[in-house]
Amino acid sequence: MKNPQLNKHGELQHLLTTEGLPVQIVRNILDRATTFLDAADGREIQKVPLLHGKSVFNVFFENSTRTRTTFEIAAKRLSADVVNLNIGLSSTSKGETLLDTVDNLCAMHADMFVVRHAQSGAAHFIARHVAPDVHVINAGDGRHAHPTQALLDMFTIRHYKKEFHNLRVAIVGDILHSRVARSQIHALTTLGVPEVRVIAPKTLLPAMVENLGVRVYHDMVQGLRDVDVVLMLRLQNERMTGALLPSAQEYFKNYGLTEEKLARARPDAIVMHPGPMNRGIEIDSSVADGPRSVIMSQVTFGIAVRMAVMSMLAGAAV
Amino acid sequence: MNIHIKNGRLIDPQNRIDAQQDLFIAAGKIAAVGSVPAGFVADKVIDASGLIVAPGLIDLAARLREPGYEYKATLESEIEAAVAGGVTSLAYPPDTDPPLDEPGLVEMLKHRARNLNRAHVYPVGALTTALKGQELTEMAELSDAGCVAFSQADAPLTDTRVLMRAMQYAATFGFSVWLRPQDSFLAKDGVAHDGEVATRCGLPAIPVSAETIALATMLTLARDTGVKLHVCRLSSAAGVELIRAAKQQGLKVTCDVSMNHVHLSEMDIGFFDPNCRLIPPLRSLRDRAALRAGLLDGTIDAICSNHAPVDEDAKQLPFGEAEAGATGLELLLPLVLKWAQQEKIGLPDALAKATLQPAQVLGLDAGHLSVGAAADLCVFDPEAYWKVEPGALKSQGKNTPFNGLEVQGRVRYTLVDGQVVYQSGLTV
Repeated sequence: MKNPQLNKHGELQHLLTTEGLPVQIVRNILDRATTFLDAADGREIQKVPLLHGKSVFNVFFENSTRTRTTFEIAAKRLSADVVNLNIGLSSTSKGETLLDTVDNLCAMHADMFVVRHAQSGAAHFIARHVAPDVHVINAGDGRHAHPTQALLDMFTIRHYKKEFHNLRVAIVGDILHSRVARSQIHALTTLGVPEVRVIAPKTLLPAMVENLGVRVYHDMVQGLRDVDVVLMLRLQNERMTGALLPSAQEYFKNYGLTEEKLARARPDAIVMHPGPMNRGIEIDSSVADGPRSVIMSQVTFGIAVRMAVMSMLAGAAV
Repeated sequence: MNIHIKNGRLIDPQNRIDAQQDLFIAAGKIAAVGSVPAGFVADKVIDASGLIVAPGLIDLAARLREPGYEYKATLESEIEAAVAGGVTSLAYPPDTDPPLDEPGLVEMLKHRARNLNRAHVYPVGALTTALKGQELTEMAELSDAGCVAFSQADAPLTDTRVLMRAMQYAATFGFSVWLRPQDSFLAKDGVAHDGEVATRCGLPAIPVSAETIALATMLTLARDTGVKLHVCRLSSAAGVELIRAAKQQGLKVTCDVSMNHVHLSEMDIGFFDPNCRLIPPLRSLRDRAALRAGLLDGTIDAICSNHAPVDEDAKQLPFGEAEAGATGLELLLPLVLKWAQQEKIGLPDALAKATLQPAQVLGLDAGHLSVGAAADLCVFDPEAYWKVEPGALKSQGKNTPFNGLEVQGRVRYTLVDGQVVYQSGLTV
């Protein structure tokens, strides 16, 4: 089966998932992201004309302010024209099919779609149906993938830890419903992280998750022992219904990240979270705001990584 | 009309014939096998040199979509597909709109099918009113109207007391109950097998226990009520094991598997191929191997097409939103042949799974070539290769996971009651 993300020259055509992404492409994205950060303090992002004259459509079938905003900022820093569409509130509620929506947007001469959709596989579906010169970036499809989030997480890990081959990384929380977790797992294993752990109750783990190349822990204290990186996941409030979890309090007691539990990790361990955080549910404020939290760096780096992905897809040389 | 089919390789699973023999048809029935009967004058001679002459295929699940879903398919289009695929009899699940829960609907369907005068259509009546799983249908009336069994199709029947009473009532009259085992709570919102692929793809999943729990319930109630139970579309290794054990304990239960599940697994979903969105879900390779073993040892009685044509709009959606189903009538023969070749099974035994054995499930004296039997025949070229493509299919439904596959075995003639109802390359 042809890898739907690559063109016939093996270059990135779409970014749909981190699964099966060649490691060299992942490294190129991370390297390119570095060039968008000011060398002096690693913070300031310059405006560059790489996507001048190109139009980027943010097509969000599911509501999101943060992810959409970071994509918008990234596209604008690349000098692209940006169009934001919240389809969830317009076309599909009038009965227009997804395919019709995509055809219409293609007719508006978009060069790039940034897509978020509640159905797993929606980004693949859209990528199959757009014109060959249009690029699709998956900004989250159902439970399946959120590749730019995972890539910015990898960028953050590399920034603080330099190497991947000597790390222990734990992902904590609702793995079952999390597109972020799936994309993180594939990115970490692709980059050669020798030990990826997932920590969750059995109700929040998908079947045969160990086949993704992870070790499963149900006890967070054990699971955090000697890890270098803790990746927390957001817990949706609706998980308290449907018999997945009894209560937020009990979840926090067992799977919320506190200073006490974090003490099991290595002293220089970093704590990450894709946001938005539920303080007091999956993470204690003292940890979220504490010295080992790099959550705010993730947000800054996220813009650079999205700039790197967009400019690579557009074929622009840096 | 008297027809002489000469020089063909005759395969009759019931009479254990696999030999070059001529077949003679008179008055719609098989008049003789081998030597010409006294006084027989052929009105038509079919030269079947290089072809196999077999009983017409009998398909235990073919949705022709009338009434209610004519935009997906019609009786005309799908019966054309049936005879092009060598299918001469088909069981018609009740999940139409409205469902087949009233004698008038069943009579109308039978009447429409009879007027088309091509393949035999056997409606399976709804077990409960509107398939809602609450009230019993008028089974005796429906039987008089032509229903051969009673089923919920894919609609849930969660109330086990209703299920028990439906079985008791059906058993009173000796009617068969056909059920697809799936616990509706465990299957809720699921679109794929709860395994490696659903985990990777992030697809809401249906565990195997959804099948085995429902199966254990229906086997228990079948034992208690004495109803003739037919289990539809088995999908898992654990399900095969439950049926095997029940049969060993002497329970009179039969079951079928769809050809999709004989050939495909969850792996075929690949990058969210909506053509692999099927009911039940495609399961693991281990499950597929167990289904094949179950066919070989007789645990599974029949292979059906599970023909469910879907309109293009309903398939052109992300995997989880795409409507489940695939066209199948024209692929049943080549996929049975492919399975036989892969498993090194002789053609009489292989074809029995789509002729004689489904006939027995239906309680029909069909699926064989005995003298006096209705001349329902499938005459096919076992060597002919063809590629499955939307344009190559008569069915109005063009979606199949086998699109693009090269298959072997093409129907040349289909006869129903001694009439040629299909001839390849000709409009009959």
